[in-house]
Amino acid sequence: MKSLEELRKIREKAQQDMKLRGSNYRIKIVVGMGTSGIAVGAREVMKSFLEEIEKRGLKDVQITQTGEKGLSSMEPVADVIEEGKPKVTYGYLTTEKAKRIVAEHIVNGQVVSDYIVASE
Amino acid sequence: MYQEILKKYEPTKDNLIYILHDIQDNDPQHYVSESAVQSVSEYLRIPVNHIYGVLTFYTMYSTTPRGKNVIRLCESPPCYLRGSDNILAKLKNTLGIKTGETTSDGLFTLELCACLGLCGNAPVMMINDDFYGDLTDDKIDQIIHNIREAK
Amino acid sequence: MKYFRSHILIETDEASVQQGAREVMNALKQELAKHNLDQEVNVLETGSLGFFERGVCIAVYPDDVIYGNVKVEDVSSLVSEHFLKGRPLTHLVIERSEKKNIPLGYDKRIVLENSGNIDPEEINDYLGVGGYLAWEKALLEMKPEDIVQTVKDSGLRGRGGAGFPAGIKWSFTSPIKGVQKYVVINADEGEPGTFKDRLIMEGDPHKLLEGTMIASLAVGATKAYIYIRGEYKLCINRLQRAIDQAYEYGLLGKNILESGFDLDIEIETGAGAYICGEETALIESMEGNRGIPRTKPPYPGVKGFMQNPTVVNNVETIANVPAIINKGADWYRNIGTAESPGTKVYTILGDVAVPGLCEVPMGTTLRTIINTYGGGMKKGSRFKSALVGGAAGIFLGDNMLDVKMDFHNLAEYKAVLGSGAILVINDSVNIVDMLESVIKFFRHESCGKCVPCRNGNEQLYKSVRKIKAGYAGEDELDKMLLIADTMQKTSFCALGQSLLLPVKSALDMFKDDFLSYINKKKAINK
Repeated sequence: MKSLEELRKIREKAQQDMKLRGSNYRIKIVVGMGTSGIAVGAREVMKSFLEEIEKRGLKDVQITQTGEKGLSSMEPVADVIEEGKPKVTYGYLTTEKAKRIVAEHIVNGQVVSDYIVASE
Repeated sequence: MYQEILKKYEPTKDNLIYILHDIQDNDPQHYVSESAVQSVSEYLRIPVNHIYGVLTFYTMYSTTPRGKNVIRLCESPPCYLRGSDNILAKLKNTLGIKTGETTSDGLFTLELCACLGLCGNAPVMMINDDFYGDLTDDKIDQIIHNIREAK
Repeated sequence: MKYFRSHILIETDEASVQQGAREVMNALKQELAKHNLDQEVNVLETGSLGFFERGVCIAVYPDDVIYGNVKVEDVSSLVSEHFLKGRPLTHLVIERSEKKNIPLGYDKRIVLENSGNIDPEEINDYLGVGGYLAWEKALLEMKPEDIVQTVKDSGLRGRGGAGFPAGIKWSFTSPIKGVQKYVVINADEGEPGTFKDRLIMEGDPHKLLEGTMIASLAVGATKAYIYIRGEYKLCINRLQRAIDQAYEYGLLGKNILESGFDLDIEIETGAGAYICGEETALIESMEGNRGIPRTKPPYPGVKGFMQNPTVVNNVETIANVPAIINKGADWYRNIGTAESPGTKVYTILGDVAVPGLCEVPMGTTLRTIINTYGGGMKKGSRFKSALVGGAAGIFLGDNMLDVKMDFHNLAEYKAVLGSGAILVINDSVNIVDMLESVIKFFRHESCGKCVPCRNGNEQLYKSVRKIKAGYAGEDELDKMLLIADTMQKTSFCALGQSLLLPVKSALDMFKDDFLSYINKKKAINK
């Protein structure tokens, strides 16, 4: 049970936490985990991202989940978000594609344009 | 044997739908047996015929034993347009059963169902609680193979 | 065999033709002939090349160059630069990476603004994007009458199919005093081709909760239920988690934020019955009965769950409420059209390039929805019809692609917005086959209470089977129409009344499809 004061504090803090700037993370991978995504392999893709990040010992990459954007037929879908850069939305992902995204985009900063499916 | 499930719920009629779900989900053969109906009837103090009325009204319930994996293939217009009838033929062929039947090893039951709300990935099916989308003949082979291997 | 130096592929899918693909193609042929290049350069038609909002696109092989936004006036410079001088006309070249780039349109979204951005399992993520501010405002600054008035003023109409104004619905229940009142959220999403509510619940469950809280406060209900269809396991899990978090944060329970208002929210699950989308059938189901509709009146707003006043609203409707409370009725009225304010979520399915979902302002045309958000027609297919509004919808032809999609405009064409499902059908499909699938659905889902629906669906199914088997004459079509019309006039609830729309529209627009079955057999029998 929280009071109104506490709630407002939590909200303020949450607003700060959602920004990459000032956090411990440089880059964020957000995997779409709705039923459509899961039905075509989003769990495996999520696992692949986690393994690849772990294997490479990348401490400044945050991986989270979200719901669906509406790109059902392009699932599994994932966003890569970096401070000061436009959000990149990748689609039709597989475990292999996830590895390539980590190697090229996350590590080397090269957007994998072949896998981009949508724009803001 | 159903007491453990029943005592989780207040003995009021509005809990009937959940109780039946709970019993069916915990039955290895995915159905609600006659003895289960009897127990529910006594617990909720409602007649057996009312419970059967409910059981046979809703498509998710079964009053006959089913396989370990219940396959529900969507046959609504969006899936039909994307070839669900071909997938049905493929499933029948692969499993060697007709719609509504269970394989002799008790591993699969094949059912048809109405829209599952995954139409962006049509054709679609559910196996127990899991969804499978963008189905093709090859995918069916793989899914069935994986389940058979994992048993 | 003729040898061509180059091939030009020009897309002549529905969208491109609309933007002048045929004119560009003719101009190209003429221009090539003028320079005696017509024996060297081959012009071929193709389906969509997969680029969006790039006008008419053409691809040149073997050079592998793609031009976009090509207009008739560009053709002469294109031919002279590319084919005479051998260098690409740079200002029209588009990159392959632009391919399949679907606009997400988050800036225009209301109910799905967070789905696909925030973590639906973390209440802090929802708070971080301004979540529960509307609940605070409603609870601490507004009187229930003000909330009802604001929603009335916003013009918000029910998104479940019937389009009844939400504020007016609330105003029937709000003044009733001295009894237990309920709010029920109808999340028994079963209309074929619809999954908008699933996305809201899976992607932003707290928004639905916040809307439910505000609705409960407005009508004076201290107990709310969310009735979710049994198949939506992920929705059930995520919403339950969200409810638990809301209790933990003191947003639900007793004396919420010291306002004196108590509210509990519970999830109810369905067990697979389309009819439970009808509000009184849904209430029957909640009470542990077969989901069979009740006689109205009394309406649920007066006598609903357990014979107490109950407001039943659709998920999408309720998900609009927090934004209306935060930003006001005037803001909401400025979105969409005058008679149908706000946005609408559409599911775009079938033979489009990329089936999926979009949320756009009311009044957006079908053409824009299909071409922009569905990526146009699937490669190599042409538009024939769209079944709009779910199975209980209407088959539209290409002459209606520019109709503005809102309650008012569609009604003028005797069409409905329904659940917002758009099933796009290509020209190789016989509409009779689609109609059979639609009738099969209703035949299965009829609850059996009233004769017109129970028997009518069976007879319609027999008719359509007879037509397909070639045993029917043209009189069968009149019979189908008569049955559907009788069902519309005499069925107990909307389920039986709905069949007239798909049956009549299929017969009106695509009679040839029926005749092709009827005549085929006739020819064989001769």
